Amino acid sequence: MKKIYDVVVIGAGPAGLSAAIEAKKSGAGDVLIIERNNEPGGILLQCIHNGFGSVIFKKDLPGPAYAWNFIEQARSLNVEMVFDTMVVDITGGRKIYASNSVEGFIELDAKAIVLAMGCRERTRAQIMAPGDRPAGVFTAGMVQRLVNIEGYMPGKNFVILGSGDIGMIMARRLTLEGAKVIKIIELLPYLTGLRRNYVQCLQDFGIPLELSTTIKRITGKKRVEAVETVGVDETLTPIAGTERVIACDSLILSVGLVPENELSRKAGVVLDPLTLGPVVDETMATNVPGIFAAGNVVTIYDLVDYVSMAGATAGISAAKFAAGAPVSPPAFTLTPGDGVRTVMPQKITGLSGPDASVLVELRASREFAGRVSVNILEDENIVYSHVEKYARPAEMITLKINWNETAKKLSNNKSGLKVNIAKI
Amino acid sequence: MRTNYDVIIIGSGIVGSLTARYLSAYDINILVVEKESDVGMNTSSANSAIIHSGYDPAPNTLKAAMNSLGNRLWHTLAPELGIAFKESGSYVVAIGAGELPVLRGLYERGIANSIPGLKIINKAEFLTREPLINPDVSGALWAPTAAVIDPFGAVLAAAENAVVNGAEYLFETEFTGFISGGDKITGIKTTRGDFSCKWVVNSAGIHSGEIAKKAGTRKDFIITPRKGSYLVFDPVKLSINNVLFPVPTDKGKGTLVSTTTHGNVMIGPNNEPCENMDDSATTRAGVEEVLKGAKKLVPSIDQKNVIAMYAGIRASGNAGRDFVIDIPVEIKGLVNLCGIESPGFASAPAIALKVVELLKSAGFELKEKPGWIPVRKPAPHLHTLSLKERAELTAKNPAYGRIVCRCEEITEGEIIDAMRSPVPARTYDGIKRRTWLGTGRCQGSFDMPRVIQIMAREMGIPETEVTKKGGGSEIVFRKTKEVPAR
Repeated sequence: MKKIYDVVVIGAGPAGLSAAIEAKKSGAGDVLIIERNNEPGGILLQCIHNGFGSVIFKKDLPGPAYAWNFIEQARSLNVEMVFDTMVVDITGGRKIYASNSVEGFIELDAKAIVLAMGCRERTRAQIMAPGDRPAGVFTAGMVQRLVNIEGYMPGKNFVILGSGDIGMIMARRLTLEGAKVIKIIELLPYLTGLRRNYVQCLQDFGIPLELSTTIKRITGKKRVEAVETVGVDETLTPIAGTERVIACDSLILSVGLVPENELSRKAGVVLDPLTLGPVVDETMATNVPGIFAAGNVVTIYDLVDYVSMAGATAGISAAKFAAGAPVSPPAFTLTPGDGVRTVMPQKITGLSGPDASVLVELRASREFAGRVSVNILEDENIVYSHVEKYARPAEMITLKINWNETAKKLSNNKSGLKVNIAKI
Repeated sequence: MRTNYDVIIIGSGIVGSLTARYLSAYDINILVVEKESDVGMNTSSANSAIIHSGYDPAPNTLKAAMNSLGNRLWHTLAPELGIAFKESGSYVVAIGAGELPVLRGLYERGIANSIPGLKIINKAEFLTREPLINPDVSGALWAPTAAVIDPFGAVLAAAENAVVNGAEYLFETEFTGFISGGDKITGIKTTRGDFSCKWVVNSAGIHSGEIAKKAGTRKDFIITPRKGSYLVFDPVKLSINNVLFPVPTDKGKGTLVSTTTHGNVMIGPNNEPCENMDDSATTRAGVEEVLKGAKKLVPSIDQKNVIAMYAGIRASGNAGRDFVIDIPVEIKGLVNLCGIESPGFASAPAIALKVVELLKSAGFELKEKPGWIPVRKPAPHLHTLSLKERAELTAKNPAYGRIVCRCEEITEGEIIDAMRSPVPARTYDGIKRRTWLGTGRCQGSFDMPRVIQIMAREMGIPETEVTKKGGGSEIVFRKTKEVPAR
């Protein structure tokens, strides 16, 4: 390893691999990826189901195959990768401290950094699931790793809390491995994962889904023996008398993902309280000069293709910064308006490239059953509009905006823009 | 192994383990039997983690005497045994004018108990010391000798030091009855066979009442277990400067807001009945009660930032709300330590020394052992070290470079240390308690598959035999593709 790199990427998942590849292609000389796992690919490696690559490759690939395309490219471009290595600190001055069992304690400097640490799963405590603390309570991603990477079955009879995608995919996977998935319960009155996963993973395997239900108590001294479920009303308050005890030996929690930003925080990167990821502009620049971010560390995506695209943008931007290109300060802010829960990027320079193409990723704050328009507003004035067949919190909406066109409609010289979703 | 000991201690909590540690200074054979898979798994590791200063117990009780002596002892014992210990002091905080007179009463009780340094401070001063406090604060009682301790770390330190000095521990070994000859106990029966001894120390916590009764002693003594829930917060999201108690009620010291030695804000406990002797399950109502109690002191506490929750059981007895520390008259060869509820942890070193004294006064010959090692050096925690110290340790042992737990930055080297220590970790929870692995915001979802591998390798067992907390708590049960025939 060298002491100074042009671009250092933290994380060799889809965002990080793309960032490193595009940084190299954009002329960055020394590009290093630091990865805490023992091989590149990130969480894609344990996603052995298909459904990846529909946008970029127009193909339906399993996770490892999707990752392989990028791993090969990174290798052929001589991107340096170091594995089993954990970054423990990043300073605002772009000094990186890491640790592994080969080089020991590592200290290096980066001209530009791309944060691509991904996300982690919400846990039992965050949903306040009370009861005993036996073995057999797992997060869905942990079960996915145990089964698909380590090759072990962590239980025989499962109840799954949360209708997120990983939970549904693991319901199918565990069933195929000979386990019994008794049911999936969901606190909210609607499915929180993708509809196609509901059909392919639950319906096709006869696994029941029970909405508006949560866990009241986990029972078992040593290993889970049962879970007690309870129905909830519109305010998500448990309804007395609806309790039911289900005998099982495992409870899987698929209750959401949280961007992992402990390192970002140490580097002084400002986080968005809604996405829980860094505030970025469309070049994926954070508030700290020379520190960029992409992927699930910024906001939780549904499709890996868009993660790769964001990674590519971050890589190009990082290479430019490392080469000494001037920094364009953001001219506009984007904030969620009615019907919108999160929006990313939160800032726009409006200066990126000749076509000034801007990808905006947003999530609805509630269910819209019929057609909706997704609008960007300057005060009450709609400067951009896009029609969707419906809007659901579970499905990210991606807007591809030609910013040059949109900017022409800006009249009031305002820098603060809102995004809303309106019924048509 | 041997079946004949001088002293057998039932229960490896803080009282049992400190008793073993102090007795290990003498030329005797000591056995500690523990029904759980590790030391201190019940009350000793699920409590408020406070070394109380001693203003609270009624004057002239055993609680008052043991607490104030125990507090003094901890201040030298903790560094001697390498225990994480923060000389934080504590406050009892009065909210609203109505609670203010209570502080005066506590102050006077503290003076009667000879507690040093107590002081009542006014609202304006307290607001500068704890900016997040409820703005209705009317004053606070400062007790400078109170401290925060790592409770499991303390039990482990005592046990390791006892073992280094020759004491033996047997885990997953449950006491089932006494063996007696005439008017004297001569041994105990356990799920791993019979052991003979000269003395039995009953330090079985919540089960100490049943055990006393089995010996024909303390027939009217009943332990009514009461559980208390605790919530632990993400240190990035919440930080508190001090240890804050509400004014006490007749139900106890109330829900405190504190910061653990590890740097997490912790709140709790409440006080609710248990369904049975081992019921340490948290309940929704209990958790809500704790949140409500803590918000009375710090209104900005937000349940969204909770990263762990658990409950502990108090060994509350009916002996006039006091500890039982004595050699019963009904039978020889037994020391009863029963009803050791709060301030039990603070009192533990004093109770252990009292056991030594009781044994001596009963004529048991205790000869000091040459070469007793009173000092214990703890294994390193890399995340607490400077970057330079980490680099040096990693250069010596590359396993300190491989971080296995991302949130708490616990390395493979620390896991191996925990599994090779004088009281080795043999379960996932055992490693967690010793190293802090898996205690952060991801609660082990990253490390667990990796730790299972390391444990299997170190213990020379298949992954399917690795447990969370002893037999019956296996984590994985077969390989994939080994679908059982239908």
